[in-house]
Amino acid sequence: MIEEKFASGQSLIHQLDPKIRILTSIVLSVATALCDHLYLAGIYFLISIGLILMAGLNGMDVLKRLKPLFWFLLMIWIILPLSFDGETMVRLYGLKLTAPGVILCCKITIKSITILLIFTALIATMTIASLGNGLHRIHVPDKMVFLLLMSYRYISVIESEYKRLLRAAKFRGFTPKTNLHSYKTYAYLAGMLFVRASVRAERVYQAMLCRGFNQKFHTLDVYPSNRLNSKFLTGISVASLSLVIIEIFWV
Amino acid sequence: MNNISSIIKLKDITYFYPGSTKKVLDHLDLEINPGDRIGMMAPNGSGKTTLLHTIMGLCKPASGTIAIFGKVLTQERDFLPVRSKIGLLFQDSDDQLFCPTVLDDVAFGPLNLGFSQKDAGDIARNTLEKLGILSFEHSITHRLSGGQKRLVALAAVLAMAPEVLLLDEPTAGLDNTVKNTLIHILNGLDISYFVISHEFDFVKAVTDKIYSMENGRILTDNDIHIHRHEHVHKYGKQPHSHK
Repeated sequence: MIEEKFASGQSLIHQLDPKIRILTSIVLSVATALCDHLYLAGIYFLISIGLILMAGLNGMDVLKRLKPLFWFLLMIWIILPLSFDGETMVRLYGLKLTAPGVILCCKITIKSITILLIFTALIATMTIASLGNGLHRIHVPDKMVFLLLMSYRYISVIESEYKRLLRAAKFRGFTPKTNLHSYKTYAYLAGMLFVRASVRAERVYQAMLCRGFNQKFHTLDVYPSNRLNSKFLTGISVASLSLVIIEIFWV
Repeated sequence: MNNISSIIKLKDITYFYPGSTKKVLDHLDLEINPGDRIGMMAPNGSGKTTLLHTIMGLCKPASGTIAIFGKVLTQERDFLPVRSKIGLLFQDSDDQLFCPTVLDDVAFGPLNLGFSQKDAGDIARNTLEKLGILSFEHSITHRLSGGQKRLVALAAVLAMAPEVLLLDEPTAGLDNTVKNTLIHILNGLDISYFVISHEFDFVKAVTDKIYSMENGRILTDNDIHIHRHEHVHKYGKQPHSHK
């Protein structure tokens, strides 16, 4: 089940139009990803922390969200300092840790955490429905918006169908082992899931046709214009732009 | 009875499943008139769902004519405008509710009909209120229980203000409380409907006449007489005749 833990709230960020939040998160994360200077990356990191604070999110919960990223970063920290070419910083039991390798690791760490924090603060603070609405209004193709909304709606249905199939198999004495029979059973389960999903897709489409669906995506959400929206978008854009300019001309 | 006044009139409909030679519907005739409250009790696999889908133009019959509001419909294009006038409640509510929130889903039909966002929202809220489920307005669709989903699906269909309702086993998998709510709602409606169900008590409570199906044809209540009696033989739960 997908939880939308951060989606409800009354903070400044929550009041912003989804469209604005999507746009600012794109601007900020692109600027962060392109930044190649450790200290400037630190400034982006501070901005992302600021956004998290503005959204009023619980620090522990945010850290939990970052957990998968930490595993990825751990791998990088093990591999890069040892394998990257350059001046040796420390020698440990015959292994060389190179300075450029460590610096690169720092950059990757700060930048990836920053981008994830930006998305947590700006995107995770809205429901999937609002996200779909926001994407629609920045002219993302309807098909992609539909894909997102439909996946969100039916992923739990498909999951429960999978569980039902697996349960039925277990009730008839199926215990997964490392043998051909188990692989075959799982292949059947997967195949059956695809069959059921496509049959369901057909029924859903029929149901949509019955209710007058004409390939157009309508939405109920109306976001009142808020002076905060344009100020926020301008502020973030100016900050990112000036950081990019600083990096190009002064650093 | 005047033919032009009938809402739905199927004549001589024959339908095969794709790739099969067995007739699911065999020269079937059916007429639904304004004010009709018809129940349909027939064994599984007798073609009830196919019949409803044929009326909606989702299954294309091999022969026969479908006339709705006195107009003969043949192509997909012809069915588009009448679909909003006929509300079909699907067997599985998960098929019908595909929007993230309940209000979005109920407003989906009215929005497609061209209502403004505000009007569609109002229609959706009114419909939910009529069914006594306005409190679900902002609920996430997939987190509702089976009974709640059924009521929301019904609201979604009713929000389009149909002139006739086709209900495909509306009570399947529901407990008695929700069943009673459904009975109450259906009896309070002033539109015609056609209910498929396996439950005698439910059909009896919401309809005036009961049809059955056999060999791809409809048996009207002139041909059958449904009543309850003690049973030991194997068709006890299904409509049957004693010779």
